[in-house]
Amino acid sequence: MSAVLDHPVHGDHHSHVPTGWRRWVYATNHKDIGTLYMLFSLTMLMIGGVLALIIRAELFQPGLQFVNPELFNQLTTMHGLIMVFGAIMPAFVGFGNWMIPMQIGASDMAFARMNNFSFWLLIPSGVMLASSFFMPGGAPATGWTLYAPLSLQMGPSMDMSIFAIHLLGASSIMGSINIIVTILNMRAPGMTLMKMPMFCWTWLITAYLLIAVMPVLAGAVTMTLTDRHFGTSFFNPAGGGDPVMFQHIFWFFGHPEVYIMILPAFGIISQIVPTFARKPLFGYASMVYATSSIAVLSFVVWAHHMFTSGMPVTGQLFFMYSTMLIAVPTAVKIFNWVATMWQGSMTFETPMLFAVGFIFVFTLGGFTGLILAMAPIDIQVHDTYYVVAHFHYVLVAGSLYALFAGYYYWSPKWTGVMYNETRGKIHFWWSLIAFNVTFFPMHFLGLAGMPRRYADYPMQFADFNAIASVGAFFFGFAQVYFFFFIVLPTMRGQGEKAPQRPWEGAHGLEWEIPSPAPFHTFETPPKLDITATKIIA
Amino acid sequence: MNMKKCIVNQWTGSLRAASVWAGSTAFTAVHAVSDLPGGPAVNQLNLQVPVTQIAQDQAWLHWLMLILCTVIFIAVFSVMFYSIWKHRKSVGHKAANFHESVTVEIIWTVVPFIIVILMALPATRVVIAMKDTTSADLTIKVTGMQWKWGYDYLKGEGEGIGFYSALDTAQREMSSHGGPKAGEVVNDYLLKVDHPLVVPVNKKIRVITTANDVIHAWMVPAFGVQQAAIPGFVRDTWFKAEKVGDYYGQCAQLCGKEHAYMPIHVRVVSPEDYSRWVLDEKKRLAAQADDLAKS
Repeated sequence: MSAVLDHPVHGDHHSHVPTGWRRWVYATNHKDIGTLYMLFSLTMLMIGGVLALIIRAELFQPGLQFVNPELFNQLTTMHGLIMVFGAIMPAFVGFGNWMIPMQIGASDMAFARMNNFSFWLLIPSGVMLASSFFMPGGAPATGWTLYAPLSLQMGPSMDMSIFAIHLLGASSIMGSINIIVTILNMRAPGMTLMKMPMFCWTWLITAYLLIAVMPVLAGAVTMTLTDRHFGTSFFNPAGGGDPVMFQHIFWFFGHPEVYIMILPAFGIISQIVPTFARKPLFGYASMVYATSSIAVLSFVVWAHHMFTSGMPVTGQLFFMYSTMLIAVPTAVKIFNWVATMWQGSMTFETPMLFAVGFIFVFTLGGFTGLILAMAPIDIQVHDTYYVVAHFHYVLVAGSLYALFAGYYYWSPKWTGVMYNETRGKIHFWWSLIAFNVTFFPMHFLGLAGMPRRYADYPMQFADFNAIASVGAFFFGFAQVYFFFFIVLPTMRGQGEKAPQRPWEGAHGLEWEIPSPAPFHTFETPPKLDITATKIIA
Repeated sequence: MNMKKCIVNQWTGSLRAASVWAGSTAFTAVHAVSDLPGGPAVNQLNLQVPVTQIAQDQAWLHWLMLILCTVIFIAVFSVMFYSIWKHRKSVGHKAANFHESVTVEIIWTVVPFIIVILMALPATRVVIAMKDTTSADLTIKVTGMQWKWGYDYLKGEGEGIGFYSALDTAQREMSSHGGPKAGEVVNDYLLKVDHPLVVPVNKKIRVITTANDVIHAWMVPAFGVQQAAIPGFVRDTWFKAEKVGDYYGQCAQLCGKEHAYMPIHVRVVSPEDYSRWVLDEKKRLAAQADDLAKS
């Protein structure tokens, strides 16, 4: 009390770092909130991973061994929802919170209290999602796509999940507003838009996507809610509603959503590759344009998820063409990364390993995406394991690998200590091999016609399922290893002390400040050199 | 087209040889599972053996895409791995400083664009063929319900026939009890139904799909057909099987807890056998109607 009276005007930010639980619950510092986001995401990754391993254990052999088909469907649903909304998206917001102000020379995020609110909304929604298994009737068993009218048959946990999705949506929208306002208004003088680091660019575009589509999802689930309880028939065919309309609305959200999960990953990779090639990013401007065109195209491709729902031939052709068109800007990105590496002076520390692994394995997922875009082939493999293989190649080997790469790249700045390089390399090779053992055989299963979301399957599919299950457990253990032997030690400050610029080829404002980054950075706008990567004293 | 067929068969043949080798030690070997003609083969690597023109075209398109993608993949990544090999700091390579080239960037935007168009052209032809459900010889309504299929012959020979088709109950029991035991050979595990759909060979069959409760999807890979069955709506697709035999598929759209247990079995028979079957079915239906009238 007296402290407050003694300092009616609280001007000295440097000396004031809140401690104890208040530091986190009342957090307004972008770095603290970034840390909270990432811890939340890591927790959800572990929960979602356990669900995946129960699924894989069940599918190890034909026949039901561990779970009944009802619970199986709940597991696939919650694995999807938790990984998409709980693990991948918050992780990128965490990276954005940490890095965006430091990369553009801003003192913090624009709306510090809203930032706090958007994080703390995640906790109740995460709890609601994870605990829905214990509700009467169990968790929703509709698949993460929540297709009507199956969603109308679900128990009360469906309503809880709808509420959770509303909160997650609100959180994402607030987070996005924060990122857009910060990037547009709080750049240090001299940091023009076209000098911004690629990670900020990709997040800026992603934030617009989020603001555009999260309300669409909120609308879809709200209509589901009123169909369930208030006698409306938006999607209920018994009252004249249209179940296909739900699919259109859901995928109008859902397709930009998959780019929301990959564009910031592109940003991270575009920062790491030049650093370790010791050469500037090739085609910076074309990277920005490619990212923007992917974002724009993402709004006109949604019905490629619905080729088997039945649509006129012109519809099928339009969505086939528009989807295949996305291959062009994506190819440009891959070429740019390869050209950045060309004639460089490369070293392969763990961030670079994950980045190269990303480019290699994500491209495989990109090619299967092109194959799936062809409507005639999609008719054969729609809703089979081929699709499961495809989106795990782009989401795990894509988004998750980029997050790992980003963690190894920036954690010295966050924690002030270097991770253990040998352990990082073990984590990379272990993950890469186990990932491919898990998901590569799924291409074969899908081509052979094994539908996804099946608790049991014909015996001819047994061997590839067994291989995938073994791979999945190895992949799971690799992430436990990552948590206990890499993340925990760095968080506890164990390890070599990190220099201000741990990577020889790194450029950018985040490397102009000490490691660990002080609680407050850039309280007065820094004076930048012409490239906007260095501070002139 | 013959050339195409030949290539497809050759590739499929060598893939199968590889899969036989790979699978000789695992679960399927222990259980002595063998290929199910018209259904999945053991450790099958590619699409099922096509028996319709559409499925053949799809298989051809898939090979085309696979070959093109593999060529591009190898081209791009040979450049990347060459660079990784030669342009390393540890071999003393000094970094260049170039970071843009309008010419190169235009070339690698235009070339993928052209490749994509070349891919889209043959696909367009197949899409248009797939969607042409006119002038069918036989029209059958397929109704998805939790968790079986209803078949109603609406138009053509056999008009008026209707029945349900559900998974063999013994196989459902077997699934609940941990699946087939070691030594048990169940080649059609989870694919055996009580009452298969019967259609004549070489006739265009139009399939109208709808559903009673939630969305299902009627899929027969050998025919290259997958169509969602949506409650309150009708959708259609078609196939013309060119070979007599039994063909299998499964429900492809998550439809509740027994989703994995509503298989599809289509028996393609000769026109004579089909007429005989229609006659038998009609007799069965008449007897059923009689029984109902008596009771």
